[in-house]
Amino acid sequence: MALNRDFVGRTYASSAPYEVSRVKIREFAAAIGDANPIYRDKEAARAAGHPDVVAPPTFPIVFSLQGGSEALVDPDLGLNIAMVVHGEQRFEYTRPIHAGDELVTRATITDIRSAGRNELMTIRSEVTTVSGEPVCTTYNTIVERGGAA
Amino acid sequence: MTATVKYDEVEVGQEIPAAEYRVRRVNLVMYAGASGDFNPIHWNERFAKAVGLPDVIAHGMYTMAQGGRFVTDWAGDPAAVVDYGVRFSSMVVVPDDDEGATITVSGVVEEKLDDQRVVVGLTARADDAQVLSKARAVVRLA
Repeated sequence: MALNRDFVGRTYASSAPYEVSRVKIREFAAAIGDANPIYRDKEAARAAGHPDVVAPPTFPIVFSLQGGSEALVDPDLGLNIAMVVHGEQRFEYTRPIHAGDELVTRATITDIRSAGRNELMTIRSEVTTVSGEPVCTTYNTIVERGGAA
Repeated sequence: MTATVKYDEVEVGQEIPAAEYRVRRVNLVMYAGASGDFNPIHWNERFAKAVGLPDVIAHGMYTMAQGGRFVTDWAGDPAAVVDYGVRFSSMVVVPDDDEGATITVSGVVEEKLDDQRVVVGLTARADDAQVLSKARAVVRLA
């Protein structure tokens, strides 16, 4: 089923700030198999000039779609979640994320289009601190296989 | 932010030696838990096949993370990566055995930008398929 184009331009704010913790960064680093001490050891991170342990470049996937996921399950969008695979992803940083950050996300659906038999939807998420300091922007394109058939 | 690779010592066309990253089912279970992506196509063979996939497939983000690891290991500091984007061009099929799948990542310095930054183009393959395309990272070097 084609996705509802009326969703393009809609914005979703995260319901509560996301608090970046050392424990979550460590868990994420372990899950991707990365033993870098800057992800795991506060002293190693400080020795490298960071205020606390740093999050891996792809870490914002943990929280940045929080708002957008609300749209994905909205029956009016017409998305069959079972057929979704990831199409594209990008993280553009203003500054690194580290433990102790409290982050809020505004997710905007920027594009919905067909490509062959598939439907593609792009969500841009602006990640800032609770005080409004820009941290990173993420771009996420999902593919609904067979959605345009 | 102290990358160990020096901007002045890097040349366009310079290759970064390939690295291999093994992915087994347990890694996908760990990644599901850490990322919050519990889509059953990443851990449930029965479900994956029912929706037309050959078998359980890795999270695209798991593969992207291996590319990120490749770049941060090269640069020497994860915070040196200021921009990182990929297109997922093929699936990484992860069989339920001890071998799992292997993702091979290599890179090349494609461009030198201002402000000590370089563009690293990445290639990631699994089972002879290119699993990431348009994969590039902008890295701020020392």
